[in-house]
Amino acid sequence: MRRATLYQIAVVVGFVLLLEALCLGGVIDKITMPPPHRIAIDFVNLMLTGKLYPEIGKSLANVLLAFALAYVIGIATGTALHGFKTVRETLDPLFATYYAIPIFAFYPLFIIIFGLGDGPQVLIGFLLGVVAVIVTILNGLDRVPRVLRKTALISRLGPFETAMHVTLPFCAPYLLTAAKLALAYAFIGVIGSEFIMARNGMGYEIGFAYTNFDNATMYPLIVLILLLSVILNGILTHWEKLLLARRGQH
Amino acid sequence: MGEERKSFRNTIVLIVGLLVFWQLMYFVVGDVAMRSPWQTMRSTVELARTDWFWLHVDNTMRAFAAALVIAIVLGLLIGFALGLHRLSAEAMEPMLVALYSIPKITLYPIILLVFGLGMSAKVAFGAIHGIIPVALFTLSAVRSTRPIFVKTGRVLKLSKPAMVRSILFPAAVPEIFTGLRVGFSLTLIGTVLGEMFASQYGLGHLLMNAIGLYNVEVIMSVTFLLVVFAAIVNGILLAIDRRLHFRA
Repeated sequence: MRRATLYQIAVVVGFVLLLEALCLGGVIDKITMPPPHRIAIDFVNLMLTGKLYPEIGKSLANVLLAFALAYVIGIATGTALHGFKTVRETLDPLFATYYAIPIFAFYPLFIIIFGLGDGPQVLIGFLLGVVAVIVTILNGLDRVPRVLRKTALISRLGPFETAMHVTLPFCAPYLLTAAKLALAYAFIGVIGSEFIMARNGMGYEIGFAYTNFDNATMYPLIVLILLLSVILNGILTHWEKLLLARRGQH
Repeated sequence: MGEERKSFRNTIVLIVGLLVFWQLMYFVVGDVAMRSPWQTMRSTVELARTDWFWLHVDNTMRAFAAALVIAIVLGLLIGFALGLHRLSAEAMEPMLVALYSIPKITLYPIILLVFGLGMSAKVAFGAIHGIIPVALFTLSAVRSTRPIFVKTGRVLKLSKPAMVRSILFPAAVPEIFTGLRVGFSLTLIGTVLGEMFASQYGLGHLLMNAIGLYNVEVIMSVTFLLVVFAAIVNGILLAIDRRLHFRA
């Protein structure tokens, strides 16, 4: 095994053991946080009863929807935008400032416009992700060698076919980076909005469990969300590395 | 300076475009849920005349400032500590990236349980949003310092603190500044988010309260102010950022 991997495992194990020691030693009291082994048992119990599966399913469906919308619309917009230099230059200040804007601040506004349902949550996840996808795709398209575009011209491909068969396949690593960003933002947007104000979903359940001092539900759910986002992120990162290695760019 | 004039023109076009979009949205959605740009400006001015509004602004800004200081100090310390040690940097960088991508809002109940309701929880929540980008940018900046600088330092027999102070830090300033810029935005978002979930004061609380009272004016005005504040500060930081990178 690589030394860096061992290091990572050591950090995680060390952190969990430290928490365990602090909890058992009474430095962290039981109401604040149950010891990690207790959380693990609660986690298994919660998964076995399956009473929160509808909530989990609903959140994941919304995450997936927000991700798909941000990804598809982002790629389409980015690809279209790449052909219009002036429009792109005009939008540049927006792209540069976009992530400084607290998008969550729009959530109350969306609730008032669309009502308290799935719409505003998906919209927040979508809005958080879409610009990252556009910027990443533009960045990738900038790197397409001229010769490939010329080849497409010689083969008389239209703009759509050029994008589908030439430029976007070339950008595959960027497409993966974009997917990673869109997924992370979809998670943050959907779970975050559920947390602020919603009627159901994982984020809502965490908030609900918090108000009821129900640590046996709250901690396993938090762990579940963290695990899901770390694992999905890990899979995409791994795939990205494989692609880059195949292209000899690492 | 043709480049600067061009970006100035683009910004103006963009602002006008956004205002037109806003006005059109207002025509579509109507008075039920939105206000027009002009009405929002007026209600913002009205809001700015009241004392209680400034109480909330003051509260948010104090929490934000404290969170930012913590995020920058801790982020720089973590970034330098990991960046100076190769194995640590290699192992911890992907972990920091993974941490960066988790929905940190789910950690908020834990922070509330640890810090209790109030100022310290908001500060902590803002800070955890900002620490990671600052640390990540610092780490990669320290790692990518040109080897010749480090070698020069070794030839001069600089001690570790002296090396950081007079070689690594100055060489890393442009990258670190980018980290600070990203950290700034995220800390602001974190602080306001914290207020939205559980707080008695601050702009985030004001927003949530306004939903309860169905006060569209306040929602529009506060959202507008937050966006303008974030955009202006980011614009200034971005200009400094570009200058630093240009010089380097």
